[in-house]
Amino acid sequence: MTYRFKTPLSWADVTPKAAFLNRRQLMAGAAVLLATPALARLSYTPSAYSTDEAPNTFEEISGYNNFYEFGTAKEDPRNNSRAFKPDPWAVQIDGLVERPGSYDLADILGGVALEERIYRLRCVEAWSMVVPWIGFQLSALLDRVGVQPGAKYVAFETVTRPEEMPGQRRAILDWPYREGLRIDEAMHPLTILATGLYGEALPNQNGAPIRLVVPWKYGFKSIKSIVRISLTEGEPPATWKQMQGSEYGFYANVNPEVDHPRWSQASERRVGAGLFAGRVPTQMFNGYADEVAGLYAGMDLAKDY
Amino acid sequence: MQRTTDARAPAPGLATRINGAMRRVPVWTVYVLGALPALWLFAQAATNTLGIDPVREIEHRLGELGLQFIVGGLAITPLRRIVGVNLLRFRRAIGLIAFFYVLAHLAAWLVLDMGLLWRQVAADIWKRPYITMGMAGFLMLLPLALTSNNWSIRKLGGLRWRWLHKLAYPAALAGAVHYLWLVKAWPVEPFLYLGVIVALLLVRAWFAGGGMSRG
Repeated sequence: MTYRFKTPLSWADVTPKAAFLNRRQLMAGAAVLLATPALARLSYTPSAYSTDEAPNTFEEISGYNNFYEFGTAKEDPRNNSRAFKPDPWAVQIDGLVERPGSYDLADILGGVALEERIYRLRCVEAWSMVVPWIGFQLSALLDRVGVQPGAKYVAFETVTRPEEMPGQRRAILDWPYREGLRIDEAMHPLTILATGLYGEALPNQNGAPIRLVVPWKYGFKSIKSIVRISLTEGEPPATWKQMQGSEYGFYANVNPEVDHPRWSQASERRVGAGLFAGRVPTQMFNGYADEVAGLYAGMDLAKDY
Repeated sequence: MQRTTDARAPAPGLATRINGAMRRVPVWTVYVLGALPALWLFAQAATNTLGIDPVREIEHRLGELGLQFIVGGLAITPLRRIVGVNLLRFRRAIGLIAFFYVLAHLAAWLVLDMGLLWRQVAADIWKRPYITMGMAGFLMLLPLALTSNNWSIRKLGGLRWRWLHKLAYPAALAGAVHYLWLVKAWPVEPFLYLGVIVALLLVRAWFAGGGMSRG
């Protein structure tokens, strides 16, 4: 099987970084070149939080996922996201923060060092992948904008652009897609904002230009193409919970002992494992229990699912 | 309102001509045509061209083919009543092909998707309404498939056999609901299947209510 991300281009074909930066009029030192993903190798360092499991191929990760803004079939995001424009991009940060405002993506990325985080991803539909994300800890951004003491939750919103996102032209979900985390979950070092995949800028279908990744929760929690981050006192609305609260809880922690009404969560099918690979047992908190179980001490996870 | 079939029949010439042509088509051609999608799927699986998740693709496509042939089987009587095209000779073949795809869909779920984890399979059938519904549909189709032969018709007697084969209607509904229940949000496709199946059953009920039923 060929990896689509391996292009025939070599490093010699890459525009010198200085010239490229100049042409794009990006801030000197900005590490990310979002405009032309084919040429935009990101610079990043490996992370101790990475799993040593073999990642899925770029083809699998970018060709098979849920992103209902582009359609409900697994291939729709790849097929229907070409017209989406992730550049320019700004994120509105507001609510209980010291320095609210509209932050340009280059500005956000100017203040952080990118890391490669190879994480397991478990979808609530009982399939899973391993994804080499490039990103930075959400806590770094929250520290920068200054979280006020009264803030207990972080709310996120996906962009609404029906002209670029065909799935939004029908009321499949209550657009814009919304998600939220408790503040301690948001500040946890495993929680990242990802801007890349396999060393390159995030493809549109995977949530370009910036998305959340919370590896111990079901995939739907990791909201894509974020345009708004609000610090709130009360639990923010979450789209799937609003739509079907009995099936999709606010916490959405991967938990083999608490079944979704329609999918047993005891096991999962690893995408790309082959026709007769069968299933692997699902791990508590998707295998991140040592790091995150403490966040939920004293909680009944069958109730707060 | 007066219900007459004559009023809605189109130019009799066309239906008669179609019926004449179809009389020359042997039933085995339906089995051959019905097997083609399965062969195509098998070829794609063998050459690894079923996309990123071939397990899901095989499972879903077999289930959808099952539903499509069920719809085809249900359409035969209304087609004859409304349009005058008589395809009754092919109904058994279409029904058996539908059953074959439903069986293959079930097998794909058990072997490829569930990896023969029998305890989890049993728990899922019991606990997941859409799987319960799918299994119920399959169990209703099973006696139909087993009695789809002339020997069974003779053994059961025409009346009882026909009564038994009305199980096709709840089985079709179970299949459509199984599909609808499985999806998240509200995509169009499962509604189409459910809509077409409900419409075909309503047409049937309408004719039956008019006292014009001849089986």
